[in-house]
Amino acid sequence: MSPRTIIDKIWDAHQVRAESSDTPGILYVDLHLIHEVTTPQAFSELRSRGLKVRCPERVLATLDHSTPTLPADAEGRRPYVTAEARHQVDQLEANCQEFGIELNGWSSEHRGIVHVIGPELGATQPGMTIVCGDSHTATHGAFGALAFGIGTTEVGHVLATQCLLQRKPKSMAIHVEGKLRPGVSAKDLILHIIGRIGVGGGTGHVIEYGGPAIEALSMEERMTVCNMSIEAGARAGLIAPDQVTFDWLQGRPRTPRGADWERAVAAWRTLASDAGARYDNEVHVDASAIGPTISYGTHPGMVTPIAAAIPAARDAQEAKALAYMQFDGGQALTGQKVDVVFVGSCTNSRLSDLRDAAAVMRGRQVADGVRVLIVPGSVLIKREAEAEGLDEIFRAAGAEWREAGCSMCIGMNGDIAQPGQLVVSTSNRNFEGRQGPGVRTVLASPRVAAVAAIAGVITDPDAFQERAA
Amino acid sequence: MKPLNMIRSCTASLPFENIDTDRIIPARFLTTTERAGLGRYAFNDWRYHEDGTDNPDFPLNQADAQGCRILVAGHNFGCGSSREHAPWALLDYGIEAVISSGIADIFRSNALKNGLVTIVIDESEHRALLADPGIELVIDIAEGSISKPDGSAIRFELDRFARHCLLNGVDQLGFLLDADADISAWESRRAANPYSMEKAA
Ligand code: SF4
Repeated sequence: MSPRTIIDKIWDAHQVRAESSDTPGILYVDLHLIHEVTTPQAFSELRSRGLKVRCPERVLATLDHSTPTLPADAEGRRPYVTAEARHQVDQLEANCQEFGIELNGWSSEHRGIVHVIGPELGATQPGMTIVCGDSHTATHGAFGALAFGIGTTEVGHVLATQCLLQRKPKSMAIHVEGKLRPGVSAKDLILHIIGRIGVGGGTGHVIEYGGPAIEALSMEERMTVCNMSIEAGARAGLIAPDQVTFDWLQGRPRTPRGADWERAVAAWRTLASDAGARYDNEVHVDASAIGPTISYGTHPGMVTPIAAAIPAARDAQEAKALAYMQFDGGQALTGQKVDVVFVGSCTNSRLSDLRDAAAVMRGRQVADGVRVLIVPGSVLIKREAEAEGLDEIFRAAGAEWREAGCSMCIGMNGDIAQPGQLVVSTSNRNFEGRQGPGVRTVLASPRVAAVAAIAGVITDPDAFQERAA
Repeated sequence: MKPLNMIRSCTASLPFENIDTDRIIPARFLTTTERAGLGRYAFNDWRYHEDGTDNPDFPLNQADAQGCRILVAGHNFGCGSSREHAPWALLDYGIEAVISSGIADIFRSNALKNGLVTIVIDESEHRALLADPGIELVIDIAEGSISKPDGSAIRFELDRFARHCLLNGVDQLGFLLDADADISAWESRRAANPYSMEKAA
């Protein structure tokens, strides 16, 4: 057999029917993640056709997008932003009950952002096909799974048949050579990569990230990288599983045990792309050349090293973006006044991210006039952070410590900023209005966000640290 | 889905690149549990001022864009989230086809499943259409052609299955349900060898 990429291997193994020029292939889905926003219409479709959920045990459900991140009151009432948001959550609870799906709901310690809890539970495993009505499903690719976002009609297809009609995407290899410098994070790396290939650079492709700088990343960091594949337009992004992956997964609630674990790991070791496997596209990146990186425009491809000046607009589109951001080309980004800092989202809400932010904020005070929201990715992460005393560090600094959820990443639950405010955010999208109408979003790592919270202006973390030392 | 063969309409232009799904329908309108009625939120934050009045600068608010069912948009239209609310909102607003030089993957897949025709044409043809809003086009799905008022035509490729589904109003879920025997066979093979990466088909 000719050498295959990991993408080929997973695809081949899940093909129920191969594609032809007339019809797409039928691809089997191992794990289907669902949340309240992109599923109600799919369940209605099932109901109206009298269909059942084919494999309820392959569905993992949680509440994250429309859920309040402020706690319930003494009577247990939760502060939903609107009655409609509450109804959407109630609807998922009712749908899960009716169709026999286990829900990680309000009482579960695994409730949280859908892309955080899948790995946390060990439900996400190498070699799987994983889908969700959510474009950041690529996060799960960090484990060597083929994971991608689908629309609500397709959510219905998977609920009813556990399959999707798909044509095989193209493949792109991104080799990251060298080593990331100390203090430079996975977020800086992926922002840099999106800046390199552009927001449409991955369209039609699945990206495989590899090379020494990727192998050196922790699982949390790999999730941050794969998470933002969609921001380069890619269908999915993945990383071949290795010992780091297996060690992280072993003993999690849904991973196999004993002899089954050994069998699984043996199979997972065969996933890595074969030597000589062909990609439709290849890109090389030098990790050692990357510094702290942030966005300055209205899509995640408009990024720059934090210490550099804002690039001048190259066309009318970029001029429009700069006007929205109230930035001028040539101006320094550092020194721009910050109104809100958000540490959270499926990109950067894991324990290691919270530790990065806490390391900066420990013993310091949030600058006057800056509002800081720290939102853990899951109930479990919240507990772990509290066990380490991170919540105390954040509270003492003057930050708000919230309940798990998507929060200000998408602003569906009422966690938004005011028109014109500048938000330094560890999330993944800086689109106009993403964090509230007229809100200006700058994407950054947890470290850069925390430094901005303390300094009150965008600040180069390396310069900040030198000053502090 | 109703069968669809021809679209004859004037065009409206949105000459901006990377129009993302948050622009097409902001996230705060996604708390609905229905798919109907989202047209009033299409392009909400662009189309209306903060006080709810129409923004006259929004291209689709201009007089000659009224009633146009073909949208010509800048490169990489529909990037961002997987929300199917985006094509639902456009269809409910009255758009039946989107023409661009590049359309984001998930948006395109969602759109076609709902009968919103997505057409990718080459850059020079695209530039000409973008710059000339208001002209009447005839999109022929079976032929894969767009006829212009001057009698010339632009050819486009549509995935054969997507075209077949549009022309015949095919229900894709029905197609998958019909594959039940194959799906069950795959499941039994898998159960016997759960982690295998051997070719399944
Ligand atoms: S955190 Fe943001 S990007 Fe991630 S699933 Fe939630 S809304 Fe989507």
